[in-house]
Amino acid sequence: MTEYNVLAAGDTALVVDFGNTVDLNVSAKVLALAERLNDLKIDGVIETVPTIRSLSIYYEPLTVSATRLERQVADILEHLDEEPETGRTCDIPVCYDPELAPDLEHVASQCNIDPARVIEIHSSRTYHVYMLGFLPGLAYLGDLPPELSLPRRATPRPRIPAGSLGIGGKLTCIYPMATPCGWHIIGRSPTPLWDATLSRGALLRAGDKVKFEPVSLREYRRSRGIAATARADTSH
Amino acid sequence: MAAALRILDPGLLTTVQDLGRVGYQHLGVPTGGALDPVSLRAANLLVGNRPIEGALEIAYVGPTFVIEADSANLACAGADVSIEVLSDEVATTGVRLSSMQSFRAQRGQVVRIGPTSGSSVVYLAVEGGFEITPVLGSVSTYIRGHIGGWQGRALIAGDVLPLRRSSGSERDEFRVEGLDLSRPSRFRVVLGPQNTFFSEESIEAFLKGEYTVSPATDRMAILLDGPKLEHTAGHDIISDGIALGSVQVPGHGRPIVLMADRQTTGGYPKVATVISADLPALGRSRIGDKISFQEISIEEAQQLRRLFVQQIDSIPTRIVHGHRTGDDLTAGLLTNNLISGIVDAQLAPPVE
Repeated sequence: MTEYNVLAAGDTALVVDFGNTVDLNVSAKVLALAERLNDLKIDGVIETVPTIRSLSIYYEPLTVSATRLERQVADILEHLDEEPETGRTCDIPVCYDPELAPDLEHVASQCNIDPARVIEIHSSRTYHVYMLGFLPGLAYLGDLPPELSLPRRATPRPRIPAGSLGIGGKLTCIYPMATPCGWHIIGRSPTPLWDATLSRGALLRAGDKVKFEPVSLREYRRSRGIAATARADTSH
Repeated sequence: MAAALRILDPGLLTTVQDLGRVGYQHLGVPTGGALDPVSLRAANLLVGNRPIEGALEIAYVGPTFVIEADSANLACAGADVSIEVLSDEVATTGVRLSSMQSFRAQRGQVVRIGPTSGSSVVYLAVEGGFEITPVLGSVSTYIRGHIGGWQGRALIAGDVLPLRRSSGSERDEFRVEGLDLSRPSRFRVVLGPQNTFFSEESIEAFLKGEYTVSPATDRMAILLDGPKLEHTAGHDIISDGIALGSVQVPGHGRPIVLMADRQTTGGYPKVATVISADLPALGRSRIGDKISFQEISIEEAQQLRRLFVQQIDSIPTRIVHGHRTGDDLTAGLLTNNLISGIVDAQLAPPVE
């Protein structure tokens, strides 16, 4: 039996909340619930937003009642079987060169390992995309191995460049655009994670799997050049 | 030459907005859109547009622009503003008009929109709308993500905003009668989703206290100065969704109401959510406003939503045939209510 609470976020949104946790099993339930609910195309459901620990359901209460939605959610969760993995696997190149990784040394010393070992650990796993949020195309990936788990920086940076690879707690992510940031930056990817001119918009979707592929500074620069050209091609 | 508005002075923060993006929050894309969608609709209806057409959202200080079309029918709705139509770019004084009515301007004329009063925002609609390609189904400008609107940013001097129509249709002028665009001081909320993260005393202080809209307020969030809330279960949560009107409380204890350009998800507990019927009025609030919150039930909030939707549906019937306001005299008569408008649906401009 799945434990959850249905909370109201005002008069036009419900939150199906599974608890304050980063957990692959919880994420599987959130994503399966989102998929089933979206498939039903219920009149009055405007959009659903999966997060690490909950599913927000935005609805028009004059078309569909909260009670009906709660019943539907209960019904779906009761009949939820173990889902086969449906997400794609995506290889994303990352350059961990110190020039693009201002916090690599700091992270290594905090974790009592070599910078090379940080890179080895970070790039040797397959990560799960828990959710997209905060910025267009920003994917929250987990789980980061416990050896690399650190609290956020005491002082957030006012601005980090697009493509920056951050780690914080159990999660890692690539920032699709320049933004203020409190996470530790240990690399940068040349791959655009967001492009509103493309039909998909975001490169990743919740439920996808991601592997990071270390590349040299030279390869990073070459790919950046290619990515910039590709964007210019698609925008005209 | 293609028809356009050429911006001489952008004002404080002028952006293209419609009703925002629906269906992309799961990709991290905020809904965005007009802070006051009621006024956006009224501005569009005044010039015969679809109510959901993109228009200029003008915050606090209006822009000055040149008409680069044979003619254009325009209207402002929302805040009270002084609109001055000057004969050309060197003229220093022109014909003064007010918001809530349509007007016509000719090629080369300069339209100067003054500071807003009453509401923080006013919407400028042009008959036919702007020739701007929607991004993810909307022309709304999301500045932080550089998405939509005019080049993903607020307008700057020198921008040339293309218009769909090269000349305004021959039409009579219209004005809005009896539309409530007031700026209340009390906003109704439904508690939750994380009200259990706060002490009862804190919630009581939140509901009884008076807050001041902070100068740091923008399209993303209204920051409030006033009674602080005390967290009893920590102030960091694993990120969850953020609804429009969510009142989130970071570690410093001061509540923040999340508005149109809010991020889709966030990691602070949310004590309450402003009801949907009160959100356009909240979008009108100005820096320095004193506001307070009142708790109601979800059932009451949904009843109020029903009334709110009826109000939206009634806007076309409030667009009334007015006399042509091509000069100061007529504008003066209108503002002094010497010409009475008669609601006549048959005379209203065509709408969807």
